[in-house]
Amino acid sequence: MRLTRRSLLNRSALLGCSLAASPLVTPVSFAAAPWDTRLVVIILRGGMDALDAVQPYGDPALAGLRQTLSGGPQAGAADLDGFYALHPALAPLLPLWRAGELGFVQAVSTPYRDRRSHFDGQDLLEAGTAALGGARGGWLNRFLQQMPGVEARTAFAIGQERMLLLDGAAPVSQWAPGAGLAMSPQAERLAGLLMEEDPLFHTALNEALELTRQDLSLGSEDAADGSASGMMQAAPKGRAHTEIAAYAAEQLRGDTRIAAFSINGWDTHYRQASGLKAALGRLSETVLKLRSGLGTGIWGKTAVAAVTEFGRTVRENGTGGTDHGTGGAMLLAGGAIRGGRVLGRWPGLEEADLYDRRDLLPTADVRQHLAWLLHGLAGARKSDLERNVFPGLAMAEDPGLLL
Amino acid sequence: MQFDGDLAEIRFGAGLSPLVRPPASAEVILGRLQGADEMAVRFPVSRFDDAFARAKEFRRLRRERKRLEGQQGYEAADKAFSAYRRAHNAARIKWHGQRLLRHVYTRDAFRERLVLFWADHFTAQGKNGALRILAAPYAETVIRPHVAGRFEDMLIAAATSPLMLHYLDQNRSAGPESRAAKRRKRLSGLNENLAREVLELHTLGVDGPYGQADVRQLAELFTGLTASQDKGFVFRPGMAEPGAETVLGQTYGGGKPELDQVLAALRDLARHPATAQHLAWKLAVHFTSDQPEPGLVSHLAARYQDSGGDLLQVYAALLEHPAAWQPDLRNVKPPFGYVASACRALAVPEVRFSELRPRQLNRLLLAPLTPMGQRWEFSGGPDGWPEEDMSWVTPHALAARLRWAMAAPRRLAQPLPDPRVFATAALGRFANERVRFAARAAETQSEAVGLILTSPAFQRR
Repeated sequence: MRLTRRSLLNRSALLGCSLAASPLVTPVSFAAAPWDTRLVVIILRGGMDALDAVQPYGDPALAGLRQTLSGGPQAGAADLDGFYALHPALAPLLPLWRAGELGFVQAVSTPYRDRRSHFDGQDLLEAGTAALGGARGGWLNRFLQQMPGVEARTAFAIGQERMLLLDGAAPVSQWAPGAGLAMSPQAERLAGLLMEEDPLFHTALNEALELTRQDLSLGSEDAADGSASGMMQAAPKGRAHTEIAAYAAEQLRGDTRIAAFSINGWDTHYRQASGLKAALGRLSETVLKLRSGLGTGIWGKTAVAAVTEFGRTVRENGTGGTDHGTGGAMLLAGGAIRGGRVLGRWPGLEEADLYDRRDLLPTADVRQHLAWLLHGLAGARKSDLERNVFPGLAMAEDPGLLL
Repeated sequence: MQFDGDLAEIRFGAGLSPLVRPPASAEVILGRLQGADEMAVRFPVSRFDDAFARAKEFRRLRRERKRLEGQQGYEAADKAFSAYRRAHNAARIKWHGQRLLRHVYTRDAFRERLVLFWADHFTAQGKNGALRILAAPYAETVIRPHVAGRFEDMLIAAATSPLMLHYLDQNRSAGPESRAAKRRKRLSGLNENLAREVLELHTLGVDGPYGQADVRQLAELFTGLTASQDKGFVFRPGMAEPGAETVLGQTYGGGKPELDQVLAALRDLARHPATAQHLAWKLAVHFTSDQPEPGLVSHLAARYQDSGGDLLQVYAALLEHPAAWQPDLRNVKPPFGYVASACRALAVPEVRFSELRPRQLNRLLLAPLTPMGQRWEFSGGPDGWPEEDMSWVTPHALAARLRWAMAAPRRLAQPLPDPRVFATAALGRFANERVRFAARAAETQSEAVGLILTSPAFQRR
């Protein structure tokens, strides 16, 4: 019998394997890395509309709240389970859904309430704390601080965006693909000569040149572009997300275990139909690029989690969009995910069910799911997760996100 | 101690300039700092009150647009708001350019460094679209006039600035027993944010002799400090917690809540020995090294203490101490200082800045700071930018510096200077043999200039 990761996992589950013995947490062939699974965290900046991405068309109140948006299967969304339907722009991911490699959690949020500011909402999502100013740095870095054998390459923040969730004392790598050093070979040598006597600069330069070479071998167009346009921009507008996904996959094929990056453009106050279509399209392409870039073997032990700072108002506004809300949705993908399901307790859309009579009521803390992912993927201890990574969090019952 | 003009410009100023001769002595530096603020006049930046009024107009137009949503007149309102927002952002970029020009042309560069240092010490940021342009006007009005004065005056100016009150949520903090809290059930109550940061960051330091009870008491004492859109800073007794508060063993107030009680507490905190120690350490780190000489720190702290927090005296103590003149360049310039000193070395003509449209200026001189690790005016928190050299010299950030150094100078200065001349102009006697060789051996002029600007000798100070 040909053993695939999935069949192996299923078999382990059947045998009642303990977590410690699960192949998901036992490093087999990668001596250098502390664990062998892969985690990709994507921050969807701007507030993704959960009710349009994963449309609860089975809720009788939805149609009255959304005049032009979230039309369900009648408007071309793909039925998922008789209650939820998938936005057409996510249709490229349907094969993953059918393979059990795509899932969602509805009605989740951070503890952030009421002010509905992107700035604070994202900060809190990335800090992983109950309130702003609770702890310095980000939750993913604090997770790394709990783990043995972490090196700079273990976790990678990718893109120009500052990834607060990886800020902190544990070493991490950061790079924006396509933002490399386009210098002539002569200038490269001379820069090396200039910095040779200063170890801090010399080490960073060599690393930057090395990462640039990797960029070039990935075929990044901008890295090869010596013009001044490469001065501060990464990939050309509109392609940055696939460049980043390809770059993440490349790193994750090596020693990297965690990659984090952002996809922007979710703040759809106005003409959401086109704005959200574009953003979800980028998300679809990103997931598919990760899958193709990782290859079947590594994709099989990968979990992708896409989270956003908050959801949006349940009612459509006067400009074909939605405003800042509270409860949102989280996307899960990857071969390590037990997908094909929309998880999360659905709070309902009747007026009395809403948060503040306007937003989807969060029925779970998104940090619980993230904590369970870290527990299941890397074997992080629950006590560490609840005390240090997400201070004060109660992880509650295992939602069973992973195989 | 032998005064060294080149080193003074590099370490305590904005770097060497082909236009401006280095100061001849520490007395000259301190004298200029006490004299007229020439650069503020020559390259004006909006005063805080004017910029704050702009924010009000921004909000008014945004409200108007929202009010007309789905109605007639929406498009006009939308257009008006969008145009205002564009102008709003253009103003911020313009002020950034003005601040860089000050670095290019000043003979009083220590002042520019001090403004940057103290504005960072008292980091305050706008957290919404209307207020996010205020950092430069805040530095201009709240910080700049006080950099050579008494620390307590700067502390009071910062802690009562509408931007700080907004940034650290003091605006909404009401005493639980205050009249305002009793009247309005949904009031958020006490917010400790500003009180905590005043103790931890602005005065005593995180290792200072205070506990949670002091934070709480100071937060109660601070209730009533608010800002209004129309009047700016306002003390509202109705939001103040009744009764006396005890901070570090000292009791304030008791009777009718008054602003003076808050100011008295701030003055006491400013004069506290722990504050002297904390500020001495920060100045020594900022101007000399990540690991400053303990002798320098205690020298500065003693002078602070003896002079009652007279900052000019503290700077005099800094400039007279041998550790300040240690000949190796150590600290890595943070991105703003790096770009500013490059502009100074290139003597970028004033007219070049005025030719640039806001979008171009942004692309050339503001946006590039972000990949260098310094999203200008938006540091990660109230603790401001890091001082550690390591945090600026990451592969990603160093690559951004190199890219900028290779591409930006030819857009800023035309024609580019002769690299051999430029090496001396930019580095003086710090242009070592490696730099001179690279300047000769580069294939193009812009690569040569870029290499000089990326040499560690230019990136450190």
